[in-house]
Amino acid sequence: MGYLGVDVGSISTKAVVIDDAGQVVARSYLWTEGDPLAAVKRVLAEVELQAEAAEESVAAVGVTGSARELVGAALGAQVVKNEITAHAMGTLARHPDVQTILEIGGQDSKIILVRNGVPVDYAMNTLCAAGTGSFLSAQARRLNVPVEEFGAYALQSSKPTKIAGRCTVFAESDLVHKAQIGHPREDLIAGLCQAIVMNYLNNVGKGKEIRAPIVFQGGVSKNVGVVKAFADLTGEGIVVDEDGHLMGAIGAALLAREGEGRAAFDFATRDLEFDTRGYECGGCPNDCEVVTLCRAGEFLDGWGNRCERGLERAKKNVTTS
Amino acid sequence: MSESGGHVLSFPHMGNYHVPMVTLASMLDTEILVAPRMTRRTLELGTRYSPEFVCIPFKYNLGNFIESLESGANLLVQAGGGCRFGFYAEVQEAILRDSGYEFEMLRLFGSFELRDYHRQLRRINPKLTFRRALWHYRLASRQTNALDVVEDYSRKNCGFEVEDGAFERAFEAFLGKLGRTQSFAEVDTLERETLEELAAIPTERPDDALKVGVVGELYVVMEPFSNFFVEKELAKRGVEVHRHMSVSEMIAHSGRNGPKHLRKLIEMSGPYLHYHIGAHGTESVGLARQFMQDGFDGVLHLKPFGCMPEVNAMTALQRMSRENLFPILFFSYDAQSSETGVRTRLEAFCDMLRMRRRRDPGLAEAMEVCA
Repeated sequence: MGYLGVDVGSISTKAVVIDDAGQVVARSYLWTEGDPLAAVKRVLAEVELQAEAAEESVAAVGVTGSARELVGAALGAQVVKNEITAHAMGTLARHPDVQTILEIGGQDSKIILVRNGVPVDYAMNTLCAAGTGSFLSAQARRLNVPVEEFGAYALQSSKPTKIAGRCTVFAESDLVHKAQIGHPREDLIAGLCQAIVMNYLNNVGKGKEIRAPIVFQGGVSKNVGVVKAFADLTGEGIVVDEDGHLMGAIGAALLAREGEGRAAFDFATRDLEFDTRGYECGGCPNDCEVVTLCRAGEFLDGWGNRCERGLERAKKNVTTS
Repeated sequence: MSESGGHVLSFPHMGNYHVPMVTLASMLDTEILVAPRMTRRTLELGTRYSPEFVCIPFKYNLGNFIESLESGANLLVQAGGGCRFGFYAEVQEAILRDSGYEFEMLRLFGSFELRDYHRQLRRINPKLTFRRALWHYRLASRQTNALDVVEDYSRKNCGFEVEDGAFERAFEAFLGKLGRTQSFAEVDTLERETLEELAAIPTERPDDALKVGVVGELYVVMEPFSNFFVEKELAKRGVEVHRHMSVSEMIAHSGRNGPKHLRKLIEMSGPYLHYHIGAHGTESVGLARQFMQDGFDGVLHLKPFGCMPEVNAMTALQRMSRENLFPILFFSYDAQSSETGVRTRLEAFCDMLRMRRRRDPGLAEAMEVCA
């Protein structure tokens, strides 16, 4: 039996298929590009071929990530789980002795403390995306360096430039200023890597006891410059799993395996036409922004309503238009 | 036209306290206009006319005022407190006048001495006797108390209701009746009957139900709209929700009782606080430690973004959490906070608390808990 896990993040969409033993037999990682449903169709196409080759059919689906409700409804998932729990579960399955999980994704970052194999505390960034992957990609664009090569540049530096990482906008002014007075590019990039780590430790990690073994994951863990900055600033070894960027999807698949729901998943689901419609309820001055998901014109689910009336009106809106 | 020269009085919302507030304000013999129900529009209006960096309760209050003025209010009541709240009335009055509204502002704060309030209130209603003011104050306090008792019971139990919405329906009915009570005896009877009614609602409570305490800044704790209904969201996940902060508590610890209460809170904070840190920050630390010692599974700390007293409290709370491995989830509210973000974090928090409940869970069991 195989279990499909899908993690639909703001920047990237991940899918894995695991077997009964929890081994990953199919994996895919693609950019979300602002269209989660289209991104899911693309990752499903990739994992379908790999799962077929491994002769695994999917018996249950788990979905996580910021688009989990939308994608969960579209795929008819058995488990729809928040990304914090999913990441903790995925990591614990592969690193049972972990005590601290550091996670930096496209728009969020989190820390999960684990003691004796159980998550005991966590924190997640609020209000602002400073100190996340988006911060790095914005600066990479400015320096005209592909974000994938960022880490390699950073490692060449022996004297990282000091850059204030408290706020993405201020960091950018700082970076521009330092570049204009002649700091070399590799020092600037290494400085940015340190700035993101400082920001992380002072915000998300504030007041938390970071104990080794430390596992660092999320898209940004692929950046060796940031890994080095974490190691330098914590004085500890940092473990980066080769599937670190897939950990949410792995966790979702494991939770699907653990749950009771079973329904053979047909990969042909990705050929179905889904469409979403946003609409302002207008039932009261709160004007909830309700989003509805339809499959071939048929109402599947809706979100964003504060009261039942919102969904009723949304349903009517779908059937009459 | 009302007796006292056409005054139409209004005040900002906070939770369900508009009910006793109407009782209190009716001593002035003005017309009373309860601000329109809080909606996104309230926040949009408040945000448009507020200084960008001000704390979020200011924006909600201002939004309430604008919506009330639009509906015909011309006498606004604002209180104040020991932080930026102390400047709300002046700044809001200036903003609203600059925006072209005509109204009177009644500022009620200072000594917590009834005689002082009476003097201030006579400006609006010169015929107001001290005796009458006292009667309204006492009835409103009694109503507030009943409201807090009933809400407290609902918070602790509504998560386990068998039929969805049973508690909410009973509560709405209670709120309607509370506004019509005219004497202590009537409030007593209503409170007793409501509690009996709530106790009769069928519930299914698992033996190992989670218990979570809520602490933080007074407005975002007590106004569910501003905290995205966190208490209801927690209850929906089968959690028994406790919170000590209420207007009854604030009345009990005001005026002369203040200093003694503060000393007690600092004592309750144990090693985490040695002096008062402003507004309700000290309370957050003392009560959180109390929850921890009472064996609660975790604490939620709510604050407006940039609220200094609560930022002070956070440092102590973080240490408490770290040294005792006691889960505290922090929420910082601002005009742009996302409701989805709050829900994601609450769901993860409850998963984590459930996993911790198993003494030696092992991964398989831990996963079973959340799957």
